[in-house]
Amino acid sequence: GINAEYMGVGRARFTSYATLPQEYKAIRDMSRQFAEQELFPIAAEVDVQHKFPAEAVKKLGELGLMGVAVSQEYGGAGMDYLAYAIAMEEISRGCASTGVIMSVNNSLYSTPVDKYATHEQKLQFLTPFASGKQLGCFGLTEPGNGSDAGAANTTARLDGNEWVLNGTKSWITNAHEADVAIVFATTDKSLKHKGISAFLVPTKTPGFSLGNKEDKLGIRGSSTANLIMENCRIPKDYLLGKPGYGFKIAMSTLDAGRIGIAGQALGIAQASLDIAAKYSLERKAFGNTIAKLYAIQLKLSQMASKLEAARLLTWKAAIAKDRGDDFTQAAAMAKLNASEAATFCAHQAIQILGGMGYVSDMPAERYYRDARITEIYEGTSEIQHLVIANNLLKDYGSTNVKVPAAPHSAKARATD
Amino acid sequence: INAEYMGTPSECLFFFEMTLKALVSIKRVIDYTVKVRVRPDKLGVIKDNVKHSCNPFDEIAVEQAVRMKEKKLVGEIVAVSIGGPKSVEVLRGSALALGVDRAIHVKLPTDNDDVESLAVAKILHKIAEKEKPDVILTGKQAIDDDSCAVPQMLAGLLGWSQATFISELEVSGKTAKICRETDAGMQRLEVSLPSVISCDLRLNEPRYAKLPEIMKAKKKPLQEITADSLGVSTQPKIQILEVADPPTRAAGRKVKTVEELITKLKTEAKVI
Repeated sequence: GINAEYMGVGRARFTSYATLPQEYKAIRDMSRQFAEQELFPIAAEVDVQHKFPAEAVKKLGELGLMGVAVSQEYGGAGMDYLAYAIAMEEISRGCASTGVIMSVNNSLYSTPVDKYATHEQKLQFLTPFASGKQLGCFGLTEPGNGSDAGAANTTARLDGNEWVLNGTKSWITNAHEADVAIVFATTDKSLKHKGISAFLVPTKTPGFSLGNKEDKLGIRGSSTANLIMENCRIPKDYLLGKPGYGFKIAMSTLDAGRIGIAGQALGIAQASLDIAAKYSLERKAFGNTIAKLYAIQLKLSQMASKLEAARLLTWKAAIAKDRGDDFTQAAAMAKLNASEAATFCAHQAIQILGGMGYVSDMPAERYYRDARITEIYEGTSEIQHLVIANNLLKDYGSTNVKVPAAPHSAKARATD
Repeated sequence: INAEYMGTPSECLFFFEMTLKALVSIKRVIDYTVKVRVRPDKLGVIKDNVKHSCNPFDEIAVEQAVRMKEKKLVGEIVAVSIGGPKSVEVLRGSALALGVDRAIHVKLPTDNDDVESLAVAKILHKIAEKEKPDVILTGKQAIDDDSCAVPQMLAGLLGWSQATFISELEVSGKTAKICRETDAGMQRLEVSLPSVISCDLRLNEPRYAKLPEIMKAKKKPLQEITADSLGVSTQPKIQILEVADPPTRAAGRKVKTVEELITKLKTEAKVI
């Protein structure tokens, strides 16, 4: 977690890259270097060929980036969520597909296993995954319910020493490469969301199969498919956490996942800003570079401001999580703002590049397509608004915030 | 000590002689991607709020030392850096995080302070006298001043052999076979240890720092000393009169005849 020596006077250290403590700078530099040297050259191919970046993912594992916040005892890098958010941004700036593969393995798979599994379960289901040797995925969404996660239709029935799972999960990232899926299934639909439990399901289990890979607009290097369970039998002790706690596990996992996706969105936004700013300094029109035009400057300023604001919200959420504070509100704000910053920046980058932004010679069109999903997965923007509004209304409901008394102009208007 | 080496006394001795001690000297410099600008007082370049990183040739030296340690040719690697407070970042991030065992920071008062090549060589000389390395590795030159003088001066002060601009290095026992990249071509030499070795671009490709190593680096020993404590003065012996941008590159010109070309080379370019 956060080193105590940073938690006092030096709090302002966590507001810009230049003032971060040394190890965060080191992680940023390493991830950035990796993105520029290993991901820049392959990102287009990954996108055009819908190709899983296996070599890059293997190297990420060797560098400790597939289990950033998992302790070294269980194969991770032993760092924290701020380090993870910083690394996510740099990796995604290189290739957003690689970014989401990294995010799912870190936040949606390793984090809940780290938090809720027994020691024995961790040896089997965490150590090989945090070190990147195996890949995990997260099976919550179903064809009939996305945002309405409490209405799970996938069932789990205890039969002797085994759970029998039946149902389908949809839109699952890493589906085709994962060795284990965390599957949320209900043992009693009448209990609604309290009947849901989480299960560790090895993908090679008989009765477990995959649907076809979805043909997506963006993040094409990552596989997205249905998980199909037909009388899929897993050992009784593959239950993750306590029975009936599945919904809670899912929600807390998504909170963490939102920080990762916020990081991914920041990377796409930064890449868009980079290409737009550089282009504007070179492209000439009306006798000068287009960077001299207010119309372009306005766009760049808006892009940079939204990006910087989103980044600070993301770091704030990560730091709150690392501190052990409630970070649900902060994570929702981070993901909401970062994803909207990504779509805004990618949109404006194409606009600044003009025709060049519309062709695949430049990466702007890929950023535009990659950015779009960040407003949808791991909680749509609408869900984030719900989370944020519910949290703030709860605060207002439970405290007495003073506001000026009404009618407060009457006294001012009264004459003596 | 690895138990498998604990055979007869002569085998023990052989093991001790086999692993060398490496001292690697690294420098925090302005990052190569930065467009450097001259300071308003024209006595230097702007360093404040400018991205800095480890000198790329020094990263190659660190990588070489770490590879030698992995091959069990080197037993201990010590890194040293002479610079202001922020030099600690390159010691931890570019040395300790890559496999160096401990670090020495010869701390200058501020990050804007410079030390001349001879003073650097003298500081390293004093450190080498204390640490007694078998091999000193460093980059061929720092990309900020491009002095390219420290390794050569250091070898002179120590009375050691020097192997500069190396692109190949093979250490065995008390000698090292090297290949130097020079303007005249590739030169193959054998030098006896101890030696001062300066590394060129094609020697190796530095690895990425692994996250667990970045974390471990925080706990590795990093000792802070001053040049004064070594008895070395950092007082400049050179006075910088002016720092200026190189002349902006003019467009090329076409000439009509060879005679015209020769005339221009004589009278305008003044190169013949």
